[in-house]
Amino acid sequence: MNCKGVVRELSDFLDGELAPDLLKELEQHIQKCKNCRLVVDTTRKTIEIYCDAEPLPLPEGVHQRLQQALANKLGRQPS
Amino acid sequence: MPVHLENEATLVAEAKEGNAEAFTVLVNQYERNIFRLALNITSNKEDAEDVLQESFLKAYTNLGRFQGNSRFYTWLVRIAVNESLMKLRKRRSDRQVSLDEKLETEDDGLLPREIVDWGDNPEQRYAKTEWQEILAEATQTLEPAFRTVFTLRDVEQLSTEETAEALGLSVPAVKSRLLRARLKLRQRLNKYFK
Repeated sequence: MNCKGVVRELSDFLDGELAPDLLKELEQHIQKCKNCRLVVDTTRKTIEIYCDAEPLPLPEGVHQRLQQALANKLGRQPS
Repeated sequence: MPVHLENEATLVAEAKEGNAEAFTVLVNQYERNIFRLALNITSNKEDAEDVLQESFLKAYTNLGRFQGNSRFYTWLVRIAVNESLMKLRKRRSDRQVSLDEKLETEDDGLLPREIVDWGDNPEQRYAKTEWQEILAEATQTLEPAFRTVFTLRDVEQLSTEETAEALGLSVPAVKSRLLRARLKLRQRLNKYFK
C-alpha cells in the first residue's frame, strides 16, 4: 500500500472496519512512513476531539421558549 | 454523544399514552444535542432554535408513528436533520442546497499537504469556551453536505448505516463524505497545534 492508499482507507481503518488484508498492508506502511503515521494520528485525534466535546448549555431563553411552545401544544403549564 | 436514558422505551411508551411529563424528560435529555446538531447544519442560531422547537413538536405529534425499530434519539435526529435542511434550503434559496448534489469524488486533493505532529493533548492549550468556538468555526468551513455527515457520524455518533438512512444517502456516499470531512477538519485544526 502507498500513501494514497492509506488516505483512501483511513476512515475504515479508524472505524475498525478495514478488511484484515488491507489492515495488515496499512499497518506495515505506517510503520515505515512517518508522514502517514502523523496523518493517521492527527485524524484520529480530530475525531476524538469532536466525539468528546460536550454540547454547550443552550443560549439564554432557548430552553424556556421551547418549554412554552411544548406547553402550548400539550395544553399545560411549562415545567 | 448524549447519554441515552436507560428507561427511554418506557418514557416513549408513556408519552404515547399522553403523559406529557414523560415527554418532557426526553426533551430535557436531548435538547442540547438537537440544538447543537441544528446549529452545526444551519450555521444560524435563530434557525437552530426554530429547528429545536419544530423537531420536538413534530416528534410529539408523530409519536404514534414511532414504532421503536430504532432508538428514539435516532428517530428524533432524523426529524431534526430534515428540519435543518429545510431551513438551510430556505435561507440559501438562491443557491440550491442538496445532499444529493454531485460532489468532488476523485482522490485528487485528498492527500494532506501539511503534516504536523500535534502532541498528546492539543486541546489543553485553549480555554474550554475558546476551544468550543474553534471547533464550531472549523465545522462551519465545510460544505453542508460534508458537515451534515460529519455531525451525524462523529459528533452525534450515529452509525454509518443510521447516518445513511437519516440523510437518504447510500453507505458508500456517507463514507466518502465522511473521509473528506475528517481530512478537511484535520487540516483546519492544524494551525492551532503548530
